[in-house]
Amino acid sequence: MSAATIPNVLVTTDWVAQHAADTGVRVVEVDVDTTAYDQGHVPGAAGWNWTTELCDTLIRDIVPIKKLEELLGKSGIDNKTTIILYGDNNNWFAAWAFWQLKIYGHEDVRIMDGGRKKWVAEGKELNIDEPSFPPTTYRASTTDLSIRAFLPEVQKAVAQKSAALVDVRSPQEFTGEILAPPGLPETCQRGGHIPGAKSIPWAKACNDDGTFKSASDLQALYGGAGITADKPVIAYCRIGERSSHTWFVLKYLLGFQNVKNYDGSWTEWGNLVGAAVEKP
Amino acid sequence: MKPEEQSRQQLELAGWPVIVESYRLGDVYHCTISNADPGARITRADGSTRNEAEQRAIEKATRYLGQTRRFSTG
Repeated sequence: MSAATIPNVLVTTDWVAQHAADTGVRVVEVDVDTTAYDQGHVPGAAGWNWTTELCDTLIRDIVPIKKLEELLGKSGIDNKTTIILYGDNNNWFAAWAFWQLKIYGHEDVRIMDGGRKKWVAEGKELNIDEPSFPPTTYRASTTDLSIRAFLPEVQKAVAQKSAALVDVRSPQEFTGEILAPPGLPETCQRGGHIPGAKSIPWAKACNDDGTFKSASDLQALYGGAGITADKPVIAYCRIGERSSHTWFVLKYLLGFQNVKNYDGSWTEWGNLVGAAVEKP
Repeated sequence: MKPEEQSRQQLELAGWPVIVESYRLGDVYHCTISNADPGARITRADGSTRNEAEQRAIEKATRYLGQTRRFSTG
Protein backbone atom coordinates (compact mmCIF):
# COMPACT_ATOMS: atom_id res chain seq x y z
CA MET A 1 0.00 0.00 0.00
CA SER A 2 1.52 3.31 -0.97
CA ALA A 3 1.91 6.11 1.53
CA ALA A 4 0.31 8.42 -0.99
CA THR A 5 -3.02 6.65 -0.85
CA ILE A 6 -3.05 6.01 2.88
CA PRO A 7 -1.83 9.03 4.77
CA ASN A 8 -1.35 9.00 8.51
CA VAL A 9 -2.30 5.45 9.48
CA LEU A 10 0.44 3.31 7.98
CA VAL A 11 4.20 3.62 8.15
CA THR A 12 6.77 1.45 6.45
CA THR A 13 9.43 -0.61 8.17
CA ASP A 14 12.03 1.72 6.69
CA TRP A 15 10.27 4.73 8.20
CA VAL A 16 10.31 3.03 11.60
CA ALA A 17 13.99 2.19 11.25
CA GLN A 18 14.69 5.87 10.69
CA HIS A 19 12.25 7.45 13.14
CA ALA A 20 11.70 5.03 16.02
CA ALA A 21 13.86 7.11 18.34
CA ASP A 22 12.44 10.49 17.33
CA THR A 23 11.04 12.73 20.03
CA GLY A 24 7.28 12.39 20.07
CA VAL A 25 7.30 8.91 18.56
CA ARG A 26 6.75 5.72 20.51
CA VAL A 27 6.90 2.31 18.87
CA VAL A 28 4.91 -0.43 20.60
CA GLU A 29 4.87 -4.17 19.87
CA VAL A 30 1.66 -6.10 20.57
CA ASP A 31 1.70 -9.79 19.72
CA VAL A 32 -0.60 -12.78 19.79
CA ASP A 33 2.38 -14.58 21.27
CA THR A 34 3.00 -12.51 24.36
CA THR A 35 6.57 -13.76 24.59
CA ALA A 36 7.54 -12.82 21.02
CA TYR A 37 8.70 -9.40 22.22
CA ASP A 38 11.42 -11.17 24.21
CA GLN A 39 12.66 -12.88 21.03
CA GLY A 40 13.81 -9.47 19.88
CA HIS A 41 11.94 -6.28 19.10
CA VAL A 42 12.36 -3.00 17.29
CA PRO A 43 15.01 -1.06 19.20
CA GLY A 44 13.34 1.23 21.69
CA ALA A 45 9.92 -0.37 21.32
CA ALA A 46 7.66 -0.89 24.31
CA GLY A 47 5.91 -4.25 24.60
CA TRP A 48 2.27 -4.55 25.59
CA ASN A 49 0.69 -7.81 26.67
CA TRP A 50 -2.83 -8.07 25.28
CA THR A 51 -3.88 -10.71 27.81
CA THR A 52 -3.11 -8.55 30.82
CA GLU A 53 -2.68 -4.95 29.67
CA LEU A 54 -5.21 -4.49 26.88
CA CYS A 55 -8.26 -5.95 28.53
CA ASP A 56 -10.12 -6.00 31.80
CA THR A 57 -8.77 -9.05 33.56
CA LEU A 58 -11.77 -9.38 35.90
CA ILE A 59 -14.77 -9.08 33.62
CA ARG A 60 -14.70 -9.67 29.89
CA ASP A 61 -14.21 -6.23 28.43
CA ILE A 62 -11.74 -3.95 26.72
CA VAL A 63 -9.13 -2.22 28.82
CA PRO A 64 -10.73 0.16 31.34
CA ILE A 65 -9.91 3.82 30.78
CA LYS A 66 -7.86 4.24 33.96
CA LYS A 67 -5.80 1.15 33.19
CA LEU A 68 -5.13 2.38 29.67
CA GLU A 69 -4.06 5.76 31.00
CA GLU A 70 -1.61 4.05 33.34
CA LEU A 71 -0.26 1.86 30.53
CA LEU A 72 0.31 4.82 28.24
CA GLY A 73 1.81 6.83 31.09
CA LYS A 74 4.35 4.17 31.97
CA SER A 75 5.17 3.81 28.27
CA GLY A 76 6.15 7.47 28.18
CA ILE A 77 3.24 8.37 25.92
CA ASP A 78 1.35 11.62 26.16
CA ASN A 79 -1.68 12.79 24.22
CA LYS A 80 0.43 14.19 21.41
CA THR A 81 2.69 11.17 20.94
CA THR A 82 2.67 9.42 17.59
CA ILE A 83 2.13 5.77 18.51
CA ILE A 84 3.43 3.22 16.02
CA LEU A 85 1.97 -0.22 16.59
CA TYR A 86 3.23 -3.47 15.15
CA GLY A 87 3.02 -7.15 15.99
CA ASP A 88 3.02 -10.74 14.86
CA ASN A 89 0.36 -12.49 12.75
CA ASN A 90 0.27 -9.58 10.32
CA ASN A 91 -0.60 -7.10 13.06
CA TRP A 92 -3.61 -8.86 14.58
CA PHE A 93 -3.19 -7.42 18.03
CA ALA A 94 -1.57 -4.24 16.79
CA ALA A 95 -4.95 -3.60 15.16
CA TRP A 96 -6.67 -4.59 18.39
CA ALA A 97 -4.59 -1.98 20.26
CA PHE A 98 -5.25 0.56 17.49
CA TRP A 99 -9.00 0.03 17.84
CA GLN A 100 -8.90 0.53 21.61
CA LEU A 101 -6.70 3.61 21.35
CA LYS A 102 -9.26 5.09 18.96
CA ILE A 103 -12.09 4.27 21.36
CA TYR A 104 -10.22 6.30 23.95
CA GLY A 105 -9.53 9.11 21.51
CA HIS A 106 -5.79 8.99 20.89
CA GLU A 107 -5.24 11.18 17.87
CA ASP A 108 -2.12 9.89 16.16
CA VAL A 109 -1.90 6.10 16.00
CA ARG A 110 -0.34 4.26 13.09
CA ILE A 111 0.48 0.71 12.16
CA MET A 112 3.80 -0.49 10.79
CA ASP A 113 2.81 -2.11 7.51
CA GLY A 114 3.92 -5.72 7.44
CA GLY A 115 4.37 -5.90 11.19
CA ARG A 116 6.91 -8.04 12.95
CA LYS A 117 7.03 -10.52 10.07
CA LYS A 118 8.33 -7.97 7.58
CA TRP A 119 10.76 -6.40 10.04
CA VAL A 120 12.37 -9.76 10.78
CA ALA A 121 12.30 -10.87 7.13
CA GLU A 122 14.20 -7.76 6.19
CA GLY A 123 16.88 -8.58 8.75
CA LYS A 124 16.42 -5.32 10.58
CA GLU A 125 17.89 -4.67 14.00
CA LEU A 126 16.31 -6.43 16.98
CA ASN A 127 16.91 -5.68 20.65
CA ILE A 128 16.24 -7.98 23.54
CA ASP A 129 16.60 -5.35 26.25
CA GLU A 130 13.42 -3.82 27.60
CA PRO A 131 13.69 -0.05 27.42
CA SER A 132 12.49 2.25 30.18
CA PHE A 133 10.65 5.47 29.55
CA PRO A 134 10.20 8.66 31.54
CA PRO A 135 6.64 8.33 32.86
CA THR A 136 3.94 10.72 31.76
CA THR A 137 0.47 11.53 32.98
CA TYR A 138 -1.96 10.51 30.28
CA ARG A 139 -5.59 11.55 30.20
CA ALA A 140 -7.86 9.88 27.66
CA SER A 141 -9.90 12.45 25.79
CA THR A 142 -13.05 10.45 25.20
CA THR A 143 -14.74 7.07 25.15
CA ASP A 144 -16.05 6.58 21.63
CA LEU A 145 -18.18 3.47 21.47
CA SER A 146 -19.44 4.23 17.98
CA ILE A 147 -16.76 1.89 16.62
CA ARG A 148 -17.73 -0.99 18.90
CA ALA A 149 -20.72 -3.28 18.39
CA PHE A 150 -22.40 -4.99 21.31
CA LEU A 151 -24.63 -8.05 21.16
CA PRO A 152 -28.02 -6.24 20.94
CA GLU A 153 -26.85 -4.32 17.88
CA VAL A 154 -25.71 -7.52 16.22
CA GLN A 155 -29.01 -9.20 17.02
CA LYS A 156 -30.80 -6.22 15.50
CA ALA A 157 -28.58 -6.43 12.42
CA VAL A 158 -29.59 -10.05 11.97
CA ALA A 159 -33.30 -9.43 12.52
CA GLN A 160 -33.63 -6.21 10.54
CA LYS A 161 -30.69 -6.53 8.13
CA SER A 162 -29.65 -3.10 9.34
CA ALA A 163 -25.94 -3.80 8.93
CA ALA A 164 -23.77 -6.08 6.87
CA LEU A 165 -22.02 -8.72 8.96
CA VAL A 166 -18.52 -9.75 7.95
CA ASP A 167 -17.12 -12.96 9.41
CA VAL A 168 -13.34 -12.69 9.10
CA ARG A 169 -12.45 -16.15 10.46
CA SER A 170 -11.19 -18.95 8.28
CA PRO A 171 -13.64 -20.70 5.95
CA GLN A 172 -13.49 -23.81 8.15
CA GLU A 173 -14.51 -21.82 11.21
CA PHE A 174 -17.25 -20.12 9.19
CA THR A 175 -18.76 -23.44 8.16
CA GLY A 176 -18.45 -24.92 11.63
CA GLU A 177 -16.01 -27.64 10.60
CA ILE A 178 -13.71 -26.40 13.36
CA LEU A 179 -14.40 -24.23 16.38
CA ALA A 180 -11.09 -22.34 16.47
CA PRO A 181 -7.99 -22.02 14.30
CA PRO A 182 -6.22 -25.41 14.30
CA GLY A 183 -4.12 -25.83 17.42
CA LEU A 184 -5.84 -23.06 19.36
CA PRO A 185 -8.28 -23.59 22.22
CA GLU A 186 -11.93 -24.13 21.38
CA THR A 187 -13.88 -21.37 23.06
CA CYS A 188 -17.45 -21.96 21.96
CA GLN A 189 -20.20 -24.53 22.26
CA ARG A 190 -21.37 -24.42 18.66
CA GLY A 191 -19.75 -23.96 15.27
CA GLY A 192 -21.03 -22.03 12.31
CA HIS A 193 -21.67 -18.35 11.78
CA ILE A 194 -24.10 -15.57 12.52
CA PRO A 195 -27.04 -15.78 10.08
CA GLY A 196 -26.53 -13.64 7.03
CA ALA A 197 -22.82 -13.01 7.60
CA LYS A 198 -20.47 -12.91 4.64
CA SER A 199 -17.22 -14.86 4.88
CA ILE A 200 -14.22 -12.66 4.07
CA PRO A 201 -11.19 -14.03 5.95
CA TRP A 202 -9.02 -11.27 7.37
CA ALA A 203 -5.90 -12.62 5.66
CA LYS A 204 -7.29 -11.81 2.23
CA ALA A 205 -6.51 -8.18 3.00
CA CYS A 206 -2.78 -8.92 3.24
CA ASN A 207 0.05 -9.59 0.85
CA ASP A 208 2.46 -12.46 1.45
CA ASP A 209 4.94 -10.15 3.16
CA GLY A 210 2.31 -9.11 5.68
CA THR A 211 1.63 -5.67 4.21
CA PHE A 212 -1.86 -4.54 3.38
CA LYS A 213 -3.08 -4.92 -0.17
CA SER A 214 -3.63 -1.88 -2.34
CA ALA A 215 -6.79 0.16 -1.95
CA SER A 216 -8.03 -1.03 -5.34
CA ASP A 217 -7.48 -4.68 -4.41
CA LEU A 218 -9.23 -4.15 -1.07
CA GLN A 219 -12.11 -2.39 -2.78
CA ALA A 220 -12.47 -5.35 -5.13
CA LEU A 221 -12.28 -7.84 -2.25
CA TYR A 222 -15.00 -6.31 -0.11
CA GLY A 223 -17.06 -4.76 -2.88
CA GLY A 224 -17.08 -8.08 -4.68
CA ALA A 225 -18.73 -9.63 -1.63
CA GLY A 226 -21.30 -6.86 -1.43
CA ILE A 227 -19.65 -5.01 1.44
CA THR A 228 -19.85 -1.36 0.55
CA ALA A 229 -19.52 1.94 2.37
CA ASP A 230 -23.16 2.92 1.92
CA LYS A 231 -24.38 0.44 4.54
CA PRO A 232 -23.27 -0.03 8.16
CA VAL A 233 -20.82 -2.89 8.60
CA ILE A 234 -20.06 -5.04 11.64
CA ALA A 235 -16.97 -7.25 11.59
CA TYR A 236 -16.48 -10.19 13.90
CA CYS A 237 -14.18 -13.18 14.40
CA ARG A 238 -13.63 -15.41 17.44
CA ILE A 239 -12.45 -12.98 20.14
CA GLY A 240 -12.33 -9.66 18.32
CA GLU A 241 -8.71 -9.20 17.31
CA ARG A 242 -8.85 -10.51 13.74
CA SER A 243 -11.98 -8.44 13.23
CA SER A 244 -10.21 -5.33 14.51
CA HIS A 245 -7.76 -5.96 11.66
CA THR A 246 -10.63 -5.96 9.16
CA TRP A 247 -12.24 -2.99 10.94
CA PHE A 248 -8.97 -1.09 10.44
CA VAL A 249 -8.92 -1.97 6.75
CA LEU A 250 -12.50 -0.92 6.15
CA LYS A 251 -12.40 2.26 8.21
CA TYR A 252 -8.92 3.57 7.55
CA LEU A 253 -7.76 2.04 4.30
CA LEU A 254 -11.10 2.16 2.50
CA GLY A 255 -12.69 5.05 4.37
CA PHE A 256 -15.94 3.39 5.48
CA GLN A 257 -17.65 5.79 7.88
CA ASN A 258 -19.90 3.33 9.69
CA VAL A 259 -18.00 0.19 10.56
CA LYS A 260 -17.81 -1.45 13.96
CA ASN A 261 -15.88 -4.24 15.57
CA TYR A 262 -18.00 -6.81 17.43
CA ASP A 263 -15.41 -7.95 19.95
CA GLY A 264 -17.85 -10.31 21.64
CA SER A 265 -17.55 -12.21 18.37
CA TRP A 266 -18.03 -15.95 18.08
CA THR A 267 -17.02 -16.63 21.68
CA GLU A 268 -20.15 -14.72 22.63
CA TRP A 269 -22.55 -15.69 19.84
CA GLY A 270 -21.44 -19.32 19.68
CA ASN A 271 -22.11 -19.74 23.39
CA LEU A 272 -25.50 -18.03 23.53
CA VAL A 273 -28.43 -20.21 24.49
CA GLY A 274 -31.01 -20.11 21.75
CA ALA A 275 -29.04 -17.94 19.32
CA ALA A 276 -29.58 -18.74 15.66
CA VAL A 277 -26.59 -20.29 13.93
CA GLU A 278 -26.15 -20.74 10.22
CA LYS A 279 -24.25 -23.67 8.70
CA PRO A 280 -22.43 -24.04 6.47
CA MET B 1 21.67 -7.64 16.74
CA LYS B 2 20.12 -8.67 13.48
CA PRO B 3 18.16 -11.84 12.78
CA GLU B 4 20.28 -14.24 10.75
CA GLU B 5 20.00 -17.67 9.14
CA GLN B 6 16.31 -17.17 8.50
CA SER B 7 14.37 -20.20 7.38
CA ARG B 8 10.78 -20.76 6.30
CA GLN B 9 9.17 -24.03 5.30
CA GLN B 10 5.71 -25.51 5.02
CA LEU B 11 5.02 -28.82 6.73
CA GLU B 12 2.00 -30.88 7.59
CA LEU B 13 1.56 -31.68 11.27
CA ALA B 14 -1.29 -33.84 12.55
CA GLY B 15 -2.99 -33.35 9.21
CA TRP B 16 -2.79 -29.54 9.18
CA PRO B 17 -0.55 -27.42 6.96
CA VAL B 18 1.74 -25.20 9.00
CA ILE B 19 4.53 -22.73 8.40
CA VAL B 20 7.73 -23.28 10.37
CA GLU B 21 9.86 -20.15 10.63
CA SER B 22 13.13 -19.79 12.47
CA TYR B 23 16.03 -17.42 12.82
CA ARG B 24 19.11 -16.93 14.95
CA LEU B 25 19.49 -13.88 17.14
CA GLY B 26 22.85 -13.85 18.85
CA ASP B 27 23.40 -17.33 20.27
CA VAL B 28 19.75 -18.33 20.34
CA TYR B 29 17.62 -19.89 17.60
CA HIS B 30 13.95 -18.92 17.69
CA CYS B 31 11.26 -20.95 15.98
CA THR B 32 7.60 -20.08 15.44
CA ILE B 33 4.94 -22.36 13.96
CA SER B 34 1.77 -20.91 12.47
CA ASN B 35 -1.19 -22.22 10.56
CA ALA B 36 -0.62 -21.92 6.84
CA ASP B 37 -4.20 -20.75 6.64
CA PRO B 38 -5.46 -18.57 8.26
CA GLY B 39 -2.10 -17.74 9.77
CA ALA B 40 -2.65 -18.03 13.50
CA ARG B 41 0.45 -18.69 15.55
CA ILE B 42 0.35 -22.08 17.23
CA THR B 43 3.55 -22.23 19.21
CA ARG B 44 7.15 -21.18 19.42
CA ALA B 45 10.33 -22.48 21.00
CA ASP B 46 13.97 -21.53 21.44
CA GLY B 47 17.13 -23.62 21.26
CA SER B 48 20.88 -23.48 20.95
CA THR B 49 20.62 -24.97 17.44
CA ARG B 50 18.01 -24.59 14.73
CA ASN B 51 17.15 -28.25 14.95
CA GLU B 52 16.65 -28.06 18.69
CA ALA B 53 14.37 -25.04 18.44
CA GLU B 54 12.35 -26.47 15.58
CA GLN B 55 11.94 -29.90 17.13
CA ARG B 56 10.70 -28.40 20.37
CA ALA B 57 8.22 -26.24 18.51
CA ILE B 58 7.10 -29.10 16.26
CA GLU B 59 6.53 -31.36 19.24
CA LYS B 60 4.29 -28.82 20.94
CA ALA B 61 2.48 -27.85 17.74
CA THR B 62 1.79 -31.49 16.88
CA ARG B 63 0.26 -31.99 20.31
CA TYR B 64 -1.95 -28.90 20.05
CA LEU B 65 -3.00 -29.61 16.47
CA GLY B 66 -3.87 -33.20 17.37
CA GLN B 67 -6.51 -31.87 19.74
CA THR B 68 -8.34 -29.98 17.01
CA ARG B 69 -11.71 -31.56 16.33
CA ARG B 70 -13.44 -31.61 12.97
CA PHE B 71 -17.21 -31.51 12.85
CA SER B 72 -19.59 -32.46 10.11
CA THR B 73 -21.06 -29.47 8.34
CA GLY B 74 -23.71 -31.38 6.49
